Amino acid sequence: MTTLTDPPQASFRLSMLLSDTRYRSYTFQFIALMLLIAAIAFLGSNLMRNLAAAGLNISYQFLGSPAGYDINQTLVEYTSQSTNAKAALVGILNTLLVAFLACVTATVLGVIAGVLRLSNNWLVSKLMSFYVEIFRNIPVLIWIIIIFTIMIAVLPGPRAFRGDEPSASMVFDAIAFTNRGVYIPAPVWGPGSMVVVITFLLSVVGVFAYRRYATKLLYDTGRLLPMGWPSLAIFFVPALLAYLVMGMPIGLEYPELKGFNFSGGIKVGGPLIALWFALSIYTGAFIAENVRAGIQAISKGQSEAAGALGLRQGRIMNLVVLPQALRVIIPPLISQYLNITKNSSLAIAVGYADITATLGGITLNQTGRAIECVLLLMLFYLTISLSISAVMNVYNNSVKLKER
Amino acid sequence: MSDTHANSVAFVRTEQVPPSPPPFQTSGPVKWAKDNLFSTPLYTLLTIVAAYFIYVILANTLPWILNGVWSTSSLAECREVLDGVSGGCFSVLTERWNQLLFGFTYPSEEYWRPTLAFILLFAAAAPVLFYKLPRKLLIITGLFPFVAYYLIWGGTIFTPILALVGFVAGYFVYQRFVAGSFAAGFFGGVAAALVVWNIGGMLIPENANENAMLLAVPSRDLGGFMLNMMLGVTCVSLSVPLGIALALGRQSDMPLIKWICVVFIEFIRGVPLITLLFVASVMLAYFFPPESTTDLFLRVVIMITMFSSAYIAEVIRGGLAALPRGQYEAADSLGLDYPQAMRLIILPQALKISIPGIVNIAVGLFKDTTLVSVISMFDILGMIRGPILASTEWNGVYWELLGFAALLFFVVCYGISQYSQWLERQLATDHR
Repeated sequence: MTTLTDPPQASFRLSMLLSDTRYRSYTFQFIALMLLIAAIAFLGSNLMRNLAAAGLNISYQFLGSPAGYDINQTLVEYTSQSTNAKAALVGILNTLLVAFLACVTATVLGVIAGVLRLSNNWLVSKLMSFYVEIFRNIPVLIWIIIIFTIMIAVLPGPRAFRGDEPSASMVFDAIAFTNRGVYIPAPVWGPGSMVVVITFLLSVVGVFAYRRYATKLLYDTGRLLPMGWPSLAIFFVPALLAYLVMGMPIGLEYPELKGFNFSGGIKVGGPLIALWFALSIYTGAFIAENVRAGIQAISKGQSEAAGALGLRQGRIMNLVVLPQALRVIIPPLISQYLNITKNSSLAIAVGYADITATLGGITLNQTGRAIECVLLLMLFYLTISLSISAVMNVYNNSVKLKER
Repeated sequence: MSDTHANSVAFVRTEQVPPSPPPFQTSGPVKWAKDNLFSTPLYTLLTIVAAYFIYVILANTLPWILNGVWSTSSLAECREVLDGVSGGCFSVLTERWNQLLFGFTYPSEEYWRPTLAFILLFAAAAPVLFYKLPRKLLIITGLFPFVAYYLIWGGTIFTPILALVGFVAGYFVYQRFVAGSFAAGFFGGVAAALVVWNIGGMLIPENANENAMLLAVPSRDLGGFMLNMMLGVTCVSLSVPLGIALALGRQSDMPLIKWICVVFIEFIRGVPLITLLFVASVMLAYFFPPESTTDLFLRVVIMITMFSSAYIAEVIRGGLAALPRGQYEAADSLGLDYPQAMRLIILPQALKISIPGIVNIAVGLFKDTTLVSVISMFDILGMIRGPILASTEWNGVYWELLGFAALLFFVVCYGISQYSQWLERQLATDHR
């Protein structure tokens, strides 16, 4: 910082390495480098000696050997004879699944709570600040365990659904909440169902195309097309038509009570639900605060100016306040998504088979390859975190206020 | 008005009419309710839904809390007393109170020691938290770590005294040389402390722990909420200076230093705390010299401190970046060198800006101390899930125990965040 004030020196003397600010930084960096090398050498030699003493080596061979344990919730085919690498893959997919589900739910919850907290309704805004304070100030691990306890200790067992006068019944005759997990109907894909799916995907594209066209028309000619109901119509009607024309190819398979347990449908395990809900409501409280701060950051003058231009209340929100508030809301929102992904590693506390529980839990304990497993685990989370931050940086640059 | 006019009409009021209260509909609670609860049909609906929600929650929890049983010795006995009525078996809290607070292996006749340390914590924290108290009280804060160490771990009194003497020697050497150059003061202080510790370490007799005044308690016997408090307080206070150093390093002009700090911070922030705790429990032992045995508590403290210092560094970097460039230039133009500029001009302002962020990190860290239960340390959550729920007397008392743990954390964390908001208002000097 002070380099400009130094008078030029004719010759270099050794003492200038300490006394001259131009060269002192080289001395400091050299010392830091030496210390770093010394630390790495110290830790590395300790590691070598410890490994030699324990008769171990660093090797990733164990990834190819059979895992030898079962996983109850898998997205891809997996048996206990599959390799450890496959078990890790199952774990990765499970992590991503619960993180994705929790991100969606937490966003919905957080936005609703954040907006309601700002509402003029005294009771509702107090209730929402109560929600935010309660959930922000209690550790997420306690929430996970509380919800997991509800899942296993409060919900009825499958036996309660049996008999002429069962003490528990299925919701809408389709969803069964039991202490072994939640059973939901599974879709059955008949012949021709591909047509319906493709029509549906095309209509999603169509909605975007329509909205783009309407915006362009508004900017070019000033004509305003209705946005709401045509979007809904494009979204639903073609897929519904295709569904009827093809003779209703997609059916639902309902879970049924057979023997001592339910069969059919999709089983969503208790640990997954506990983790999903706990992460959602916990992170939702944080997102609510971000949303509130974002909306409050927009000065009142903005909405008043929009009102003075004659915009309606809904348009003020959509065209003036939200675009500016999103610039404030989205960066912390993305770091909350990152937190969800990292907090999903708490799955190990309730026995959900995410990457920490498979690779960092059972595989580590069975093979004893602590260093390799923990390093791989860190590598996975680091990859996710760094790629999300990269996306965030791109976004931040694109919405940055363009000043002078 | 003239007198003639007053005489010419039949009646003129000479005094003012007393103001009448506004109509019932537009004042008082009715108006308030109309404005705040029932202003539009949508709000009316929301109010009704919210009121019903509150009613359902209260109707289910209030009888449970009010009917609670506080003095039975097992769940079966408690259920007998309740006789089918809804009510909580809070007797698990009274019966296992000490286990919840101190863990199950801490010697029971020594409970007064952590309790005393806990009370002293308030005396030590007060001068840090309330800057209007006399600065002399900071001496208590400086002495507290050594006293608390002695109280909680016990053993020979020479260890904490030696540590204290080392710090005092280091401080005096620092004071002596800092006027010349910060680096000389800092490194001289560190060297003096190391010399004192090395010499003193040889003087302490080998068997000093055996006939000490206070019984020595090994770290593995610590547990319960005490463990959460200890981890939280230790790691936060250690990670603030480390975080400042990392933040300054990340802003440094020296590429190598900057690069080391960036890699460290981004690496730590990219992985979940639980993997770092795995490192502490299964991996870190490989990196220590084979002949040394480092206990799990120390390893966990190291990892959690690294974790929170990376986050605190990012908060402080935000504070440094928020300072106007003119402050840096003003410090330069006064002729201050880098350490002086940082100590006297930049850091006091930057830290003030970062206080809310640091407090947020501290609250988050305190909540995260529950994660140590995953690596089988018996903190309050580990005690609940392990020894207490597994015991035959109390198998099945979930809500009372989890609710108690949640309440403890809520009280502490909410208190800290309220303090932070108060401090923010106190420190706001920009009369907005």
